[in-house]
Amino acid sequence: MSFPLLTATAVLPAAGAVATAAVPAARRTAAKWLALLVSLATLVLAIVVMVRFDPGGARYQLTESHAWIADFGVRYELGVDGIAVALLALTALLIPFIILAGWHDADPLETGSKRWRPTQGFFALILAVEAMVIISFEATDVFLFYIFFEAMLIPMYFLIGGFGDRAHAQGEEAASTQRSYAAVKFLLYNLVGGLIMLAAVIGLYTVAGNFSLTEIAQARANGTLHMATSTERWLFLGFFFAFAVKAPLWPLHTWLPNAMQESTAPVAVLITAVVDKVGTFAMLRFCLQLFPEASKWATPTILVLALISIIYGALLAVGQRDIKRLVAYASISHFGFIILGIFAMTSQGQSGATLYMVNHGISTAALMLVAGFLISRRGSRLIADYGGVQKVAPVLAGTFLIGSLATLSLPGLAPFVSEFLVLVGTFTRYPAIGIIATFGIVLAALYTLVLYQRTMTGPVKPAVSAMPDLKARELVVVAPLIVLLIFLGVYPKPVTDIVNPAVNQTMSDVHKTDPKPAVEAAK
Amino acid sequence: MSAAAVHSLWTTAAEPISKIDAPKIEYGQLSPTLIVIGAAIVGVLVEAFVPRKSRYYAQVFVSAVALCAAFAAVVALAAGGYGTTKAHIAAMGAIAVDGPSLFLQGTILLAGLVGLFTFAERRLDPAAHGNRVDSFAAQAASVPGSDSEQAAVKAGFTTTEVFPLLLFAISGMLVFPSANDLLTLFVALEVFSLPLYLMCALARRKRLMSQEAAVKYFLLGAFASAFTLFGIAMLYGYAGSVSYATIAQVVDGTVTNVDPALANTMGNDALLLIGAAMVVMGLLFKVGAVPFHMWTPDVYQGAPTPVTGFMAAATKVAAFGALLRLLYVVLPGMRWDWRPVMWGVAIITMLGGAIVAITQTDIKRLLAYSSIAHAGFILAGVIATSKDGVSSVLFYLAAYSFVTIGAFAVVTLVRDAGGEATHLSKWAGLGRRSPLVAAVFAVFLLAFAGIPLTSGFAGKFAVFKAAAEGGAVPLVVIGVISSAIAAFFYIRVIVLMFFSEPSPEGPTVAVPSPLTMAAIGLGVAVTLVLGVAPQYFLNLASQAGVFVR
Repeated sequence: MSFPLLTATAVLPAAGAVATAAVPAARRTAAKWLALLVSLATLVLAIVVMVRFDPGGARYQLTESHAWIADFGVRYELGVDGIAVALLALTALLIPFIILAGWHDADPLETGSKRWRPTQGFFALILAVEAMVIISFEATDVFLFYIFFEAMLIPMYFLIGGFGDRAHAQGEEAASTQRSYAAVKFLLYNLVGGLIMLAAVIGLYTVAGNFSLTEIAQARANGTLHMATSTERWLFLGFFFAFAVKAPLWPLHTWLPNAMQESTAPVAVLITAVVDKVGTFAMLRFCLQLFPEASKWATPTILVLALISIIYGALLAVGQRDIKRLVAYASISHFGFIILGIFAMTSQGQSGATLYMVNHGISTAALMLVAGFLISRRGSRLIADYGGVQKVAPVLAGTFLIGSLATLSLPGLAPFVSEFLVLVGTFTRYPAIGIIATFGIVLAALYTLVLYQRTMTGPVKPAVSAMPDLKARELVVVAPLIVLLIFLGVYPKPVTDIVNPAVNQTMSDVHKTDPKPAVEAAK
Repeated sequence: MSAAAVHSLWTTAAEPISKIDAPKIEYGQLSPTLIVIGAAIVGVLVEAFVPRKSRYYAQVFVSAVALCAAFAAVVALAAGGYGTTKAHIAAMGAIAVDGPSLFLQGTILLAGLVGLFTFAERRLDPAAHGNRVDSFAAQAASVPGSDSEQAAVKAGFTTTEVFPLLLFAISGMLVFPSANDLLTLFVALEVFSLPLYLMCALARRKRLMSQEAAVKYFLLGAFASAFTLFGIAMLYGYAGSVSYATIAQVVDGTVTNVDPALANTMGNDALLLIGAAMVVMGLLFKVGAVPFHMWTPDVYQGAPTPVTGFMAAATKVAAFGALLRLLYVVLPGMRWDWRPVMWGVAIITMLGGAIVAITQTDIKRLLAYSSIAHAGFILAGVIATSKDGVSSVLFYLAAYSFVTIGAFAVVTLVRDAGGEATHLSKWAGLGRRSPLVAAVFAVFLLAFAGIPLTSGFAGKFAVFKAAAEGGAVPLVVIGVISSAIAAFFYIRVIVLMFFSEPSPEGPTVAVPSPLTMAAIGLGVAVTLVLGVAPQYFLNLASQAGVFVR
């Protein structure tokens, strides 16, 4: 038997989480280094997966399959396609930066109880989330996926509720109340989504008799597994609901601004750049493959919801006074683009959507982490508390600008490629929707540039006059992300090569072909 | 009556006694129950003859040995094939020895053993006058707050009678799910209920509340028993027999010998429906299903916490076992009549338990309502009327009982000057002060909430799957919705423990003896093992899923 590479990518951070949690209370720094090293080792494994993955090969590669719970028809089945590899790489890439950016976020304020070990807990929870996210990208068994999709809520919940920004305008008491409100809201939204999906998972079992994605998809394709139209639609809705909460799609998005606002910047990145990607990924992998007919049936509605997400998220971002909330609403707008690309049912759209997931992860991480550094310096999240930062901290302002420009999809930076692909893919099938979605970019320019202008330019506010510039640790976090943004903006081929075959497979699952270009159609 | 007839009666009665055959009892197959009853009687003798100082040790020793031996007997019987191929009806038709019986007996014995650990804990309460004390009243008969109570405490009395009471209760619970006629069912019901009523009244602290709980439990329990008995009488009138097999035959219309004395009533469907409803009502009372749940919160709150934990776990196992046998063995022929009713009961139990729990401010009451909601989930599996339904319920019961005992054992640890600090506000910030205890309790709460990778999820999935396959999809959807509601209040406790600031005069966490640690540790271990690798136990439950008829 070959080395279980995919299992190793998940087991390593899981074991690292346990080890980090077990580090004695006094050895905080050791715990941090341990977590960082584990996350880097996971990144190495992810790179090995990327190298070993053959884009032209079988659909699911590096597969593993073991008996697990036979009574439920559940097998421990892992396998990655191009989409999963891309997201696996993104996750493994971002976690070291998240850990490094949050280096001091969980230092205890006072040396109270000797047994209270927030630092160890913080880093252990991040690694636990990483392990669960990775395994849900790799799972080709619906039940296995579901278990980790649902279980990752718990460490995430503790990360949001247990750790917040250091300084808070209304004092620690109010901060703690708002934090636990945000954490509970996050958990309840996602738990309800997950439980509704549970009903659909059970329903799928009663129809199909097992949970293997490949078997069910194959049986559906060759007609041996027939689902009544109404059954398929109900099951699709059960799955889609959970993913739409996670993604999040308007009108199920309201937990995201709270969660991102109250958590520390690295955790906010973890939510929006890593965990939420599971939702959009699962739409591609599970909704389209298992329920192709129902997906086509639901497409018009979902496209409209995605469109509302794009415009509504952008409009609300324009009106925000809080930096983190602004990024949260911008993310909602971007998730609208991703979902638009998935359900446009064109290969450009879906490639673009997958690429978008990767690029959005990197660009949001860049913007949000720099914003986090900014916030930790001034102790306020309010845009109005800043001004003229570029005069006192030019490097910070410069990186913030690049993050902002990436968020508005400036050509030359990575998000532009994906946004363009999504819009082109949408336009070829649904011109009107493509045109309306384009206004999202205009609004994005508005909210990012206004954010930059208000915080970084203008006269130096007294409170920021002594603001130090980025330190070495912070530069180590930001610089590679910016390099990646520029590199993938100029040369996205490495990612698209991996992603494209998988997208074409998914397209054939839903029996869709790209519309012919107008010139060719006219011939 | 003619003279000749009277004469024949006389002569019949005067026949030599030697003609009556001695009943054939398979002692080996009944050994789990017999061992526990025997040990309980030994426990009574210990109370009478062993000096007060050594009683505690003698009782704990006898009880632990008996429960282990009984469990070994269950395992031996199961290994001997009595759960599958050799399953049969023993003791002249009174007791069924089959898969569900053995599985549930094993579960009850293990729950009883873990319960015994929490009963025997003597390090939590501060020592009174140099004597270590447990959770039970010094002298149950003394009036709370009276001089005689003071004297009893000063003399270092402890109510070691709880151990034989516990064993008697367990023996009744062992018979209850394996009873194969209605009279055995009723006797078992009373045998395990009466010690429970008593034990509820024995709290060392908050004695009046404890006694009030016991009176409530006793009165309502007596009512329920009366209903059950009345129902049994009606079923006898309907079928001419109290034997499960005969009643089932009459229901199916395949009966062979009709008792002439009952020719008028026999086969009267009104008797069947009313009788069955009354018996089921008695059982639903014991499992705490809405609308027969009113006793649950008060009793759970008032009873000494070790008793609550044991009762919540073991009673539920025994009562669901009996309910399963009744519905699957006696009344399968009329499932079109009882299924709609049980649907309704399951729905209001799931929703009622979950919704009312939201407003609770006392941890024991909260767990009580949560147990009601769980009864609803289990009912969903009962309704499946399939082999999968049986095995999923068995699995759920095993998973649930360990979580429950563990959770209540944690409740005994969190204390302030007035004993256990059960008000939720006192639990604020527990995660800061005692991360380990709070984390363990969080694991139990997540298992209650049915979060994946805990036993609660595996159990919930099993019953919902069985229900969906049995055609009860709406029930599954309602179950999922009430799980979401229930998750809210479990999460609320976690928020309180981890994210709230601890109050300065908050409770302390007592360091327990290895006994309670074992109970909690076992709870956590079972929760995680059944959550991550449930296959072996699912197999066990699935092999045990067939009733002997």
